Amino acid sequence: MRYLPLTEAERREMLVAIGVPSVDALFRDVPKAAWRDEPFDLPPHQGELEVERALARLAAQNVPAGSVPSFLGAGAYRHHVPATVDHIIQRGEFMTSYTPYQPEVTQGTLQYLFEFQTQVALITGMDVANASMYDGASATAEAVMMANRVTRRSRAVLSGGLHPHYRETTETNARFAGVTIVAADPHPEADEDLAALIDDKTSCVVVQNPDFFGRIRDYSALAAAAHAKGALLVVVVSEIVSLGAITPPGEMGADIVAAEGQSIGNPLTFGGPHVGLFATRDKYVRQMPGRLVGQTVDADGRRGWVLTLSTREQHIRREKATSNICTNSGLCALAFTIHMSLLGEIGFTGLAEINHAHASLLAEKLESVPGVTVLNDSFFNEFTMALPKPAADVVEALVGHGVLAGVPVSRLYPDRPELKNLLLVAATETNTEADMDTFAAKLQEVLR
Amino acid sequence: MNEWSKAISNFTADLGASGTYSGHRGLQIEEPLLFERDSEGRCGVDLPAPPKAKNRLGTNARKGRIGLPGISEPEIVRHFTRLSQKNYAIDTGLYPLGSCTMKHNPRLNEKMARLAGFADIHPLQPVSTVQGALAVIDQLAHWLKVLTGMPAVAMSPAAGAHGELCGMMAIRAAHQAKGETRNKVLVAESAHGTNPATAAACGFTVEAVPANARGRVDLAALKAQLGPDVAAVMLTNPNTCGLFETEIREISDAVHAAGAYFYCDGANFNAIVGRVRPADLGVDVMHINLHKTFSTPHGGGGPGAGPVVLAAALAPFAPLPWVVHGKNGFEVLEKAEGAATQALGRLKGFHGQMGMFVRALAYMMSHGADGLRQVASDAVLNANYVLAGLKDDLTAPFEGPCMHEALFDDRFLKDTGVTTLDVAKALIDEGFHPMTMYFPLVVHGALLIEPTETESKATLDRFIGVLKALAAEAREGKVDKFRAAPTLTPRRRLDETSAARQPVLRWKPEEPARTAAE
Repeated sequence: MRYLPLTEAERREMLVAIGVPSVDALFRDVPKAAWRDEPFDLPPHQGELEVERALARLAAQNVPAGSVPSFLGAGAYRHHVPATVDHIIQRGEFMTSYTPYQPEVTQGTLQYLFEFQTQVALITGMDVANASMYDGASATAEAVMMANRVTRRSRAVLSGGLHPHYRETTETNARFAGVTIVAADPHPEADEDLAALIDDKTSCVVVQNPDFFGRIRDYSALAAAAHAKGALLVVVVSEIVSLGAITPPGEMGADIVAAEGQSIGNPLTFGGPHVGLFATRDKYVRQMPGRLVGQTVDADGRRGWVLTLSTREQHIRREKATSNICTNSGLCALAFTIHMSLLGEIGFTGLAEINHAHASLLAEKLESVPGVTVLNDSFFNEFTMALPKPAADVVEALVGHGVLAGVPVSRLYPDRPELKNLLLVAATETNTEADMDTFAAKLQEVLR
Repeated sequence: MNEWSKAISNFTADLGASGTYSGHRGLQIEEPLLFERDSEGRCGVDLPAPPKAKNRLGTNARKGRIGLPGISEPEIVRHFTRLSQKNYAIDTGLYPLGSCTMKHNPRLNEKMARLAGFADIHPLQPVSTVQGALAVIDQLAHWLKVLTGMPAVAMSPAAGAHGELCGMMAIRAAHQAKGETRNKVLVAESAHGTNPATAAACGFTVEAVPANARGRVDLAALKAQLGPDVAAVMLTNPNTCGLFETEIREISDAVHAAGAYFYCDGANFNAIVGRVRPADLGVDVMHINLHKTFSTPHGGGGPGAGPVVLAAALAPFAPLPWVVHGKNGFEVLEKAEGAATQALGRLKGFHGQMGMFVRALAYMMSHGADGLRQVASDAVLNANYVLAGLKDDLTAPFEGPCMHEALFDDRFLKDTGVTTLDVAKALIDEGFHPMTMYFPLVVHGALLIEPTETESKATLDRFIGVLKALAAEAREGKVDKFRAAPTLTPRRRLDETSAARQPVLRWKPEEPARTAAE
């Protein structure tokens, strides 16, 4: 077994040094009833070649999004990741390092996390960001818990335009923490009056921009209404590239931003690992969950970085901690930081511009298919279409034509028959005009 | 000998004299922040021109600059490569962090996770186009169930602490389903630090269970604390003192007799994998840190993955989604219906940490049933070898043998003026990453050493030798050396107090002198 360096001779030598007759003697604290001498019913070890073959066979049973025209979004987006990103994150010094508990020998990790925090704060228009969370959905749940701590209230109002997975994750956490959730109905066209749902027990209003159906809204008035009643505004962003083109949450009066950062630097990977982004105002920083890197000086007065404000965290405050989270998405955050630095101001806004232009072009092409209506008044790179028949059937039929068409809203809302003909369609810089033409032509064929 | 060759020969002589394990005399690399470059107008990517299309952003188009610096690709490559060189990593040397488990990260696993069939698939593609991915989840679940003896596993938790949350939610939901309102959770002192925060996040009140003089759960105290208000007991086994809970069956029997559930923190599963099944210890629910036992990289702190194995009584409460066998292959249950009506709901977006699943499965297949059993044996052998090698120089608080990690306290430093922290920092100058310090809290000035199964005897001998020498120097009173350490690192000891007192958590452009003066 090539991962285990000890030879039989060394094992014997070490047992002598320890002063026991066998390895079994080292397990003598295990109760005999739980002792298992027979091997487990699992396959024996395999060489590198065999493992590669077996996993490649499983991989081949999937249809990679990049191998066909593909238009899926709904919280996970296929973007082009520059080769440099994956190369650098695979450097062993980054990939095989641990949480930077010893700052003197982890300044590399600490500095990129500080740069990550700065990038996230800049693009969201907020004061301060943490060193990342599990994903956008869990970040949203944590945002609601944080709003409760800040306001000492326990009722959250969620927009119907919030990603259903984000809503469900928040509801799961809320159920056990004794938080009341008021969720507006999902609706791709109606304007919801969330301000009317805020009362004096409301800790926060959670909206998404662009929302689950792709619409872009100005939430400034809602922020003012929430603040007037002592509640916070939480803005969720599931497609972070949008912030290269639209007004950031910070400029709309958001108090907390919870977002998904997968689009920058990270592949789809079937939904995980992704990278949750979390930003807030300076005054709330001590109530923020997650890991934080701060600037300081060393014994010689030189600038350096450390993990900081850990007195909020589980290992110090135990049951009074701001959250039980004791990790981040370190390597995904590194991929984000590298890709974002490669893009810079010109690249990030340029990428957003191409995404929007591609989606707009796609909408134009699909709208010309008989029976198809685009429902959005505004959108960034994703929009909702109404089809003349159930979207799930259309998507399944298009698989037969070699097109991954989009996400049927019914996949996420199976209990809402009124939404079953709706299809969410996304375009990014990776979709060519030829892909779009194929999609439109095949859609027309399937709908005929 | 000309000047050149003289210089080169002096240089190599210096290297030879470095005397450190890694051969480095420190890497004094200075690297500014990305934001401190004069860079407007540059870009590190080439983007195609956007096609002509109608603007449909509405009235909320971004106005004004974001403030991101523009940097070319070669400069970015140097920036991050230089940053990487300021990191210690398992690829560069021993990383003996107790209870964090830093072992070899095989690159085969990386290669497999990057196959387009795994990395480039969308979580909401039609299930007919992702049967291979669902098979990975199903196979990994099977390995976890066999290795733990548990009938069910929840795959979606994104990290160990997330798995704890999942397990404790399942416990709360199970009690609620029986109409019971049990609000208290007992947490062993020797359990992981996240346990109390997790219990609190699920709405429980937390009470600590003391450790006995043998570093194990005090069974008598536990029995006295158990009552009709107790929902669960949380402990870690092997515990954070590196010891197996010898009375684990008595503990689980007492917990069950009181009508409570038994949560075991599975962070230290690599000590027993392939040898002992948690189900046979009476465990009802346990998370498994895939990165610890099955070697997915830590990546500077994440991402992780924390699948949770569940006893039959808790299985119906596993969070969504569930991968199930259907008539046309694998299906994904995403809503609470049918068998999943009691499911917790969701804990994150999509299906779990697929990228980690592929890596862990590749590791399991490489080791096989035989190799995994050997993993536990070698992990325990290595830790006991360190314990035996150091027990005369450092002070061990408890009788051995230990499991996969060796615990020492700071009695050997008594009256030397040297602290646990000083020893850790001095170790850095010797080319080693320090062990875990001041944890567990059960002993004073703890040093917790976990060598893992992927370290060779030669590495352990070197490490033991260095620690013996440091202990001798401490006894000799070389306090100044310890206080000054580390001296060979990119930075010396950092001021953590001022960092917390006046937090600077992001870069900001310097204010123009005029504004600052006002």
